Amino acid sequence: MHDPDAPDSDESPHRLTRRGFLTQAGMAGVASVAAAMPLVGAAEAAPVPEAPDIPGTVPVALRINGTTHRIRIDPRATLLDTLRETVHLTGTKKGCDHGQCGACTVHVNGQRVNSCLRLALMHEGDDITTIEGIGVPEALHPMQAAFVAHDGYQCGYCTSGQIMSAVALLKEPCGPSDADVKELMSGNICRCGAYPNIVAAIQQVRGNTRVSEG
Amino acid sequence: MSVVGTSVARKDGIGKATGAAKYADDLSIPGMLFGRTVRSTIPCGRVKRIRYDFDTTGFTIVDRRDIPLDGRNVVALIEDDQPFLVERDVRHVAEPIVLLAHADREKLLAADVIIEYEVEPPVFDPEASTESLKTLTIDKGHLDAGFAQADVIVEGTYRTGHQEHVYIEPNGVIAVPEDGGIAIFGSIQCPFYVVKALKSLLGPKAHVRVVQTETGGGFGGKEEYPSMIAGHATLLALKAGLPVKIVYDRTEDMIATTKRHPSIVRHRTGVKRDGTLVAMDVEVILDGGAYITLSPVVLSRGCIHAAGPYRCDNVRIRGRAMLTNTPPNGAFRGFGAPQTIFAIEAHMDRIAEALGVDPVTIRERNALVPGDTTATGQRLTADCSALPVLREAVERTDFRRKREALRGTNRGIGLSLFYHGSGFTGSGELRLASKAALELTDHGVRILVSSTEIGQGTRTMHAQIVAETLGIPYEDVDVAQPDTTLVPDSGPTVASRTCMVVGRILQRCAEDLKRRLGDLTPAEYYRAHGPFTIVREHEPPGWIQWDDETYTGDAYATYAWGCDVVEVELDADTCEVRPLHLTAVQEVGKAIHPALARGQIEGGSAQGIGYAIVEHVAMRDGVMANASLTNYTIPTTLDTPAMDIVLLENPYEDGPFGAKGLGELPMDGPAPAVINALRHLGVDLSEIPATPERVMSACGSR
Ligand code: FES
Ligand code: FES
Repeated sequence: MHDPDAPDSDESPHRLTRRGFLTQAGMAGVASVAAAMPLVGAAEAAPVPEAPDIPGTVPVALRINGTTHRIRIDPRATLLDTLRETVHLTGTKKGCDHGQCGACTVHVNGQRVNSCLRLALMHEGDDITTIEGIGVPEALHPMQAAFVAHDGYQCGYCTSGQIMSAVALLKEPCGPSDADVKELMSGNICRCGAYPNIVAAIQQVRGNTRVSEG
Repeated sequence: MSVVGTSVARKDGIGKATGAAKYADDLSIPGMLFGRTVRSTIPCGRVKRIRYDFDTTGFTIVDRRDIPLDGRNVVALIEDDQPFLVERDVRHVAEPIVLLAHADREKLLAADVIIEYEVEPPVFDPEASTESLKTLTIDKGHLDAGFAQADVIVEGTYRTGHQEHVYIEPNGVIAVPEDGGIAIFGSIQCPFYVVKALKSLLGPKAHVRVVQTETGGGFGGKEEYPSMIAGHATLLALKAGLPVKIVYDRTEDMIATTKRHPSIVRHRTGVKRDGTLVAMDVEVILDGGAYITLSPVVLSRGCIHAAGPYRCDNVRIRGRAMLTNTPPNGAFRGFGAPQTIFAIEAHMDRIAEALGVDPVTIRERNALVPGDTTATGQRLTADCSALPVLREAVERTDFRRKREALRGTNRGIGLSLFYHGSGFTGSGELRLASKAALELTDHGVRILVSSTEIGQGTRTMHAQIVAETLGIPYEDVDVAQPDTTLVPDSGPTVASRTCMVVGRILQRCAEDLKRRLGDLTPAEYYRAHGPFTIVREHEPPGWIQWDDETYTGDAYATYAWGCDVVEVELDADTCEVRPLHLTAVQEVGKAIHPALARGQIEGGSAQGIGYAIVEHVAMRDGVMANASLTNYTIPTTLDTPAMDIVLLENPYEDGPFGAKGLGELPMDGPAPAVINALRHLGVDLSEIPATPERVMSACGSR
């Protein structure tokens, strides 16, 4: 049980959370790519080429959705911010930046992680998979198709995190019942309350793929 | 009917399932700066001095003196009382004082602005506040004569706390200088509210364009506050001459933006031995926070629903929204009704207890039926479904037998009966004069409305109504992105009106278009005659009579009805309340898209369960002390009980295919059902959330 009256000591109204010590991706990286872009999201943007040498940044090679991205980042940049702001894969969402909501869930070597709690630099050599890497409109991942079929979302902001968690769950030991699925999905909050449909989507895929019941 | 009433694929499904849908923070614009809001740290007082304790090179700094000469420093809404930036007086913690922008977010966040204040004593208790933001009285019959007939008088006081929206996408907008004015792209429920606010900020002649990006939930929380953020981003963008993005982080969003109004509701009820209600005296007090914003209308809806779905000839409801030195409270799904319905529904179980009857009997005896009048004197017609929803829920859950069977266990079962008025109150819809349009495309038609998709299914449901009316495939109907320079003002996306009101205007557009097309399909007509657009304005039914002075008449064009049954388990050691099962029987007129309708009920019920049990905003010295998702918890999939959702349909004759409003109804029922289930367990609580601490002290006094 948490104490709801406990103030968050590191958070006061005029100071913006932990960003003071854990910073965003190098801004210059964002600006250089943004300069070429019209007003659209950048998910479709080509992999970022060798980035210029910006003071305070370090080079890193990240393998994301099968493509290696050689980029420069602030060593304190989270994996989430790097994905969104440096590599321009914006399908992964930020709901809290504190590991509390699951919106930022991605896979690292097939395991699900909250990308807001990871430093990008630590993942050189790892296989990182985001929502953009598991399926596209013309060829949806079975889990994406099941979410569509079951209306496993409303506003959609938690959805890429839910789907990434659900896909990882397929390979985790998980009992057969809805309650087992709920247990393993409890780190992904959906304020729209699409939970029943999310569980139904996952159960459909598990039934179809005959995943062993751990 | 083939499209309406079927759960077709959502228009926005693929984009959301693949991560391709673009939300505000997903957009980047060349040259874009990041904006930051420097806020007050005191709840009441005056700004004496502002010091910039950093190297200001590369910064854009905006304060109240940067408001354009043609403009005004007010966020125009109902009254002009809330400033975009503090002039001098500070009324609450987190009030915006200074704005900063910079290309480097780290420099931006590190910039130290020191503000010196003259501090004054704040008021936090709405009952101690002497400044009311709005008062109103609803009077029906003769209260004294009613009480004179009563055999028993039951009194009770009920309290509800703040509730935070926790849309998973925090607030965010981007302002882009354009055509000498501004374009806004953002997470916004009501694009034309933002237009109005920015025209007040910049002057009436300024060019203002507002575009809604994909929006990650609103629940009322993105009704009014985005106007504030858009104003801030605009001031920075115009001063810098560059696009500016402001995205709040979770803590800032929780501390600075609106919440559900806390309430205190007092009931004094006269009842006959046989259970007939003969007099209801109700006092409703809302904590409005530091500015008027939407409090008058929240109070209004709360008071109109305060007598519950019951027949009583003698009713007095007095309401007041009081000023306190906390951030302004605002729109949140249900808009005042969840507070007052919590009170009346908890009170009904106490009345039943006082009379020695069960909760079903007291409601059966008094539930509104067609021909009855509400507290405002509205005579209900055939689309009143209070008894049908009650009977269905009681039968389906075997409520009475279950209640007996659970006696002596650690489980309790409770119910609530409720209703929710669809659309704006009284003559509100007439005043809004909402418009919708349909234009031909080379393959079908496109819907032009300012109603926003915020997860509830606006695009899909509107497209179904148009496809069905025109008799064309659902896939041939497109829905334009709301851009205020391209779509007409369909009124705000609030008040459970998007289907019933805007859907109805679209239905009329489609009827007109169908006549025009003759035997041609839209695509054939387009090829033969070129582009063509039909615009129609809402025509509220002529019978609606409403008097804003006396609060009498037809408060709403129709009501949706619900009965929730909740079973809870009480942990004897920790005093934690666990919801086990919820049955929601809800009468919505017509479910245009049954899966979306169920989704609304599931989601609204989950929020209602959270409101009842875990969602506790700890306000300390006027500021939310638990502003994170760790300390302010909302239901996860594990905390959400199994749900049995039952849709009943009793058509409203002026809704599209009979549809009523549905979005807010499910928020009204769970909290009183939970409290009544606890009462069944012997826990006498009259306040939510039912935290372990509160349950423990209620158990202690048993
Ligand atoms: S954004 Fe990472 S868990 Fe919420
Ligand atoms: S779909 Fe909106 S938060 Fe899950």
